[in-house]
Amino acid sequence: MSSREKILAAIRGVSSESKSLPEIPDFRLSGDLEEVFRQSILGNKGEMLSKAEFKKWIPCMNFQKVISLSAHFRTTGNLTLPEDPHELEDLGLAILDGQFGVAENGAIWLEDTNLGLRALPFITEHLVIVLDRSKLVETMHQGYDLVGNAHSGFGLFIAGPSKTADIEQSLVIGAHGAKSLRVVLV
Amino acid sequence: MENFKPNVALFIPCYVDQFYPKVGIATLELLEKLGCKVSFPAGQTCCGQPLANAGYERDTIGTTRHFVAIFKNFDYVVAPSGSCVLHVKEHSPRVPSLEKEQKELHDKVFELTEFITDILKVERLEGRFQHRVGYHASCHGQRGLRLASSSELNQIPFNKARKLLGNLEGLDWVELDRTDECCGFGGTFAVTEEALSIRMGRDRLEDHLQHQVEIITGGDMSCIMHLEGIATREGQKIKFMHIAEILNQAIT
Amino acid sequence: MSHPENATEFLKDQAKAKWHDETLWFVRDKRDRISKTIPEWEQLRDLASQIKDNVLVNLASYLEDFERNALQNGIKIHWAADAEEHNQHVLRILQEKNCKAIVKSKSILTEECHLNPYLEKEGIEVVDTDLGERIVQFLNQPPSHIVLPAIHLKKGEISDLFHEKLQTEKGNDDPYYLTQAARIHLREKFLGAKVAITGVNFGIAETGEFVVCTNEGNADMGVHLADVHIACMGIEKILPRRKDLGVFLRLLARSATGQPITNYNSHFRSPSPGKEIHIVLVDNGRTAQLAREKFKNSLKCIRCGACMNTCPIYRRSGGFSYGSTVPGPIGSILSPGLDMKKHSTLPFASTLCGSCSDVCPVKINIHEQLYEWRQEITKTHGEFGKGLSMKLANGIFKSPLAYKISGNLMRAALRALPDSMIYHPLNTWGKSRNLPETPTETFQQWYQKNRP
Ligand code: SF4
Repeated sequence: MSSREKILAAIRGVSSESKSLPEIPDFRLSGDLEEVFRQSILGNKGEMLSKAEFKKWIPCMNFQKVISLSAHFRTTGNLTLPEDPHELEDLGLAILDGQFGVAENGAIWLEDTNLGLRALPFITEHLVIVLDRSKLVETMHQGYDLVGNAHSGFGLFIAGPSKTADIEQSLVIGAHGAKSLRVVLV
Repeated sequence: MENFKPNVALFIPCYVDQFYPKVGIATLELLEKLGCKVSFPAGQTCCGQPLANAGYERDTIGTTRHFVAIFKNFDYVVAPSGSCVLHVKEHSPRVPSLEKEQKELHDKVFELTEFITDILKVERLEGRFQHRVGYHASCHGQRGLRLASSSELNQIPFNKARKLLGNLEGLDWVELDRTDECCGFGGTFAVTEEALSIRMGRDRLEDHLQHQVEIITGGDMSCIMHLEGIATREGQKIKFMHIAEILNQAIT
Repeated sequence: MSHPENATEFLKDQAKAKWHDETLWFVRDKRDRISKTIPEWEQLRDLASQIKDNVLVNLASYLEDFERNALQNGIKIHWAADAEEHNQHVLRILQEKNCKAIVKSKSILTEECHLNPYLEKEGIEVVDTDLGERIVQFLNQPPSHIVLPAIHLKKGEISDLFHEKLQTEKGNDDPYYLTQAARIHLREKFLGAKVAITGVNFGIAETGEFVVCTNEGNADMGVHLADVHIACMGIEKILPRRKDLGVFLRLLARSATGQPITNYNSHFRSPSPGKEIHIVLVDNGRTAQLAREKFKNSLKCIRCGACMNTCPIYRRSGGFSYGSTVPGPIGSILSPGLDMKKHSTLPFASTLCGSCSDVCPVKINIHEQLYEWRQEITKTHGEFGKGLSMKLANGIFKSPLAYKISGNLMRAALRALPDSMIYHPLNTWGKSRNLPETPTETFQQWYQKNRP
């Protein structure tokens, strides 16, 4: 017998009474959605910028290499996507469009179509996600309703910059991935 | 309450009987003051908890049979110990041929404070107790019998002991940093994991001491025996009383 | 060494033990506070528990669904009955790819299977990329906590370690500085690895996708730069539906560290063009645990670590005191199922205070299972006399409660145990504690006199 069959047979050999799968109520959230979302992002150590603030911020940073896949800031980038993500090693900034944001925790959903290369939001030194303010939902339940069964090879919720607290529980921003996350609501 | 005079059997844990008769007396007098007809069935023994928690529940069938026989004919069985009550309800082994009596009995066994608040339905006690009191929530009472809300759960806060103590005139209820952390008694744990047990006990004591508690109280003498044992060894002046003693003294 | 001996050792450094307790208490407190901001928190726990109950009942068909869907998505599936087979699968893939160096993100399962030493023996360099895991890997230690692997170390120790391994400035123990040094060091490893290994937080039967959650982004850094992604997954990690993730992601990070969600929550459904994803599905004792009626629901665990943070014993004895891959309360109900003799003292390393069961996001009755393991372990006492440490066996019968009082019970117990375990010169109770003063009469005597 293969291990597969052995394992499945062992599981089937355990008798147990059936237990039904619960329906998940549509838990909601109270409060001003945009404000709750903002607080969540700040709590995750991200930042919130308006479009104007973003436009002021960019030149101050003097980025050498910028990739923008955002429909809202097409001309801000100065680099096209390479084939090999290793070439992004010294990328300064990536600007991506998020599909929707979840207010309760600041999580923003992106899929392959938004990412170009899956490594992009991680390998870049700084990350900006542009989000349509009408695309905010309350909790993760509504979030997964939106994701539905859409088929993307890869999708993820990003809620903040790369961070760690592995040294004495002191929070440090910028572990392996992006050192900052800025969210621009448009 | 006038027409309700329940026939209550006192269940006095073995170590209370041996080391803390005053707690048994206070429990008895308190219940009488609250209008109960109380008796203490002779021939009680240990409920079997120490052995069961040590992994020998199966060896406590005889003890349990004895327990059921002694207590089955009362309206209620009340003990000044959350821990022993929890054991009887949840961990005493099923006694063949006495299943029915045993099941009925389990619904009639109560820890003292829950008996007063839930069965006697006492809403407030009038009395005086002019001291700064720190409450030690024993885990078996608190998380086992749900005598108080637990800090881990998202629930409306409540505490049956506080409900009874809170109204006493002059009683200063102390808020601790860690409201419901274990004291490290844990029955045989106190001995099998001696170093940890002592560390945990000291930490609990420190919380009370830092808040200038005068008297530590609680519903389980076993935790208090452990805490008191450490405090007296270390020469601490803090005092210890079972909640039955405070209530009985306060409402004379 | 038994748990009591290890705990005693840990407590010798009082200042550090106190720091350890307070640091984890801080995490617990954060979890308590954030859980109270979600009005439906207890409902979420109920739902999570019910979903996992359903999974355990239908595990075989969910695994088949998962496999079928994953295959359709272009993922390769491997089944492993035990740790050895798991390691073989991984090695074979690495050999096929001619890969000599890999990066690995946090996976308790690969710890459980001792994958690192296995691969290192074959000449493969394994780099753990989670910062805490890299730290303990440098020290040749296992993680001491499943979420906070290096929680037993002070920053001074990490500073010394990094000075030696990464040539950081001597004495600089600034966490930001040390983290940046690790970032630079690990970047190079990420860029060089052809294969990356991750664990799996959840596998979804209806889609064949799996989810990996990190704060550092190390799992994604590894897999998206590598050609091959190997995901090692215990068979119990299945969830039926994609929308179940809504419940579990709301619970996981809040329970683990008191944050509303991990910053990266990646859903892998099919490989990027030209790349490969492999999933190794591992049993390694899980089906055996499933067959133990009293202990099966320990398999509902989502490895959030909350039971460790809340446990008054864990906080004061450290993860290593348990001597098992998964320490703390959940470890103490999982480990005896893997090796009862070796882990026989763990179910006794508890006061049965019940805090773990109240904190657990999937509502595992951890403390009740600890109690039940005690009943099992004492049955095999003769056989495992050595495993159940002498100190423990002695202690059980040196408690003033059991010893002085319960005469009848004592006699029953005396029959069960060899003499050498019962007579012990130390009165352990009295080492640091007084006994209560013995009153002149017992309550029974008083009652007979006063209420004749
Ligand atoms: S047993 Fe529960 S609390 Fe402990 S790690 Fe598992 S899920 Fe978390």
